[in-house]
Amino acid sequence: MSDVNGNGKFLVGIFDDDDVVLTAVKDIKKAGVRIHEVYSPFPIHGLDVALGHPRSRLGIAAFLFALSGTTTALLLTAYTESFDWPMIVGGKDSYSPVIYVPVIFELTVLFCALGMVGTFLVSNGLGPTVKPLMYDLRTTDNKFAMAIDLSKNNIGEGDIEQILRKSGAAEVNVKQF
Amino acid sequence: MSHVTSAVRTPLVTGGKTYADVTEDISRQVEGSPTREWTIAFTISVIVLLYGTACVFWTWWEGLGVWGLNKTVGWAWDITNFVWWVGIGHAGTLISAILLLFRQKWRTAVNRAAEAMTIFAVICAATFILMHMGRPWLAYWALPLPNTFGSLWVNFKSPLVWDVFAISTYFTVSLVFWYMGLLPDLATIRDRARSKVSRYIYGAFSLGWNGSAKTWARYEYMSLILAGLSTPLVLSVHTIVSMDFATSVIPGWHTTIFPPYFVAGAIFSGFAMVQNLVLIIRVVFKLEDYITLEHIESMNKVITLTGSIVGVAYLTEFFIAWYSGVEFESYAFINRATGPYWWAYWAMMTCNVITPQLFWSRAIRRSIVWTFTLSVVVNIGMWFERFVIIVTSLHRDYLPSSWAMFHPTLFDISDYIFSFGLFFTLFLLFAKFLPVVNMAEVKTIIKSSSEKLPVSVSGVAKGERVANPTFNKDVE
Repeated sequence: MSDVNGNGKFLVGIFDDDDVVLTAVKDIKKAGVRIHEVYSPFPIHGLDVALGHPRSRLGIAAFLFALSGTTTALLLTAYTESFDWPMIVGGKDSYSPVIYVPVIFELTVLFCALGMVGTFLVSNGLGPTVKPLMYDLRTTDNKFAMAIDLSKNNIGEGDIEQILRKSGAAEVNVKQF
Repeated sequence: MSHVTSAVRTPLVTGGKTYADVTEDISRQVEGSPTREWTIAFTISVIVLLYGTACVFWTWWEGLGVWGLNKTVGWAWDITNFVWWVGIGHAGTLISAILLLFRQKWRTAVNRAAEAMTIFAVICAATFILMHMGRPWLAYWALPLPNTFGSLWVNFKSPLVWDVFAISTYFTVSLVFWYMGLLPDLATIRDRARSKVSRYIYGAFSLGWNGSAKTWARYEYMSLILAGLSTPLVLSVHTIVSMDFATSVIPGWHTTIFPPYFVAGAIFSGFAMVQNLVLIIRVVFKLEDYITLEHIESMNKVITLTGSIVGVAYLTEFFIAWYSGVEFESYAFINRATGPYWWAYWAMMTCNVITPQLFWSRAIRRSIVWTFTLSVVVNIGMWFERFVIIVTSLHRDYLPSSWAMFHPTLFDISDYIFSFGLFFTLFLLFAKFLPVVNMAEVKTIIKSSSEKLPVSVSGVAKGERVANPTFNKDVE
């Protein structure tokens, strides 16, 4: 998994509410604890910003893939209709980009969508054979889990547990990977 | 505080559901044994599919002579069915993409089923393309490949080739959009699975999803871009389908209003089909708390709007036929209304223009029986619309000596029935093995659009709806 860096001991705070977990992230970071990651059954807006995750660059990937689609369509139509087998059909020029707008548009969209989704899967380490490391199975149901890598924090386990509980964690578990 | 909403806003999820309830209610049909209703419906669908498949193979074996086509009417039920099914597919993308961009929260309960409908409707449409080729083993000729026997390529100037690009792109992007939307829910089913087999299968299909904040952030970003891509795609697909007709010289086809008119008609019929499916799902799977009268009413409003656009398009066509001063054009339209196919034309007008106007009444708009009935009527009307455009325009061309009538044969009808068997078989398999409502998305609106707040937050008591000056000031 891309989000787990090797083996380690994690403290996992379980929260019941998305608002509580969002506030907790800010409080816990303020207390000097480094949060490994937060897991939730649905997206919590603002959480990635609170955690300090950089803004996704998927948009750039999408643009580049779209551009490759447009280029492919332009080259395909130009090569086939103007060079390889020039044809005049219905009085239209052998090459007139306006006629090829539908093909160019569709290939642009197709390349952009497939390329971006592929990038998304690769960048998140997702794939059919990937075995997810779940900190708590309930995070795909109704709970929110905050994982704290003990090896990356100078604060003691007991203190972190106390901070987690104070921030609203309903339970705190230890998870070893 | 986030998720505060107005007390006057009607809830989109009723029954005071919690996040756990959402998972439980929606996963039930996937995890449990098939219900009696599902088994009966599936058996009927498979029987219809088998009968239809036999007829389709017979059509291919004997050739298209088994259809009622003649030298004048070379396209009839095949292309009618194709355009009708493609149109039905449009509502799914509209609900998932356009309404996502417009931040319409009511889409969350119906988008999954609507997207599935899109995929299956486009598959049904594609079967008619294969069927009308007569020699489906040569279907690859439509792809941009150099001809095996020379260097001739497909004609990129032809709307039929544009169609190949449009439909295949639409299908691929819709499939990807649907599948990406399924990932979080597949992970939920995976983590609840009791048997090894289902844990393995749902595990493989959920691609290792673990719901980390980073993944969710990228996922939302990706969904938004996919929605942004799908929106013009919806418009382009039916615009291009309409160009199959509009770029020809047949009276009644050669018209510039076709693109917007076809798009509106597609959304109109698509929403009607979504209504039919969703109304069945909510009863069979007991999802009345998620697919509420609010959802049904909202979709009926879209049906009323698009139905009215279609009505205006019919009148505009007539006006332009007269105003253009082209006698062939005028004749084509007078012939539609008063010629041998007058019954098809008036069935179309009644079903598409007159009856949907009943939805202006709030009582009818919120009535399950009326909604179901009128949605069926709209779908019948939209089929007749395609039939009228295709057959009535072709059967009276420029040469009166070639005028002819089209009469459907058993194979025309059976091949159409085949598509229903295929559609419902696929849809029922989807409804059994995948969550029909998007659990993750419904959970995001539980607090802001639910009848009750499930959890006490910042001093707000459980079950209390909040109305305060911070209305809609989400922290997000």
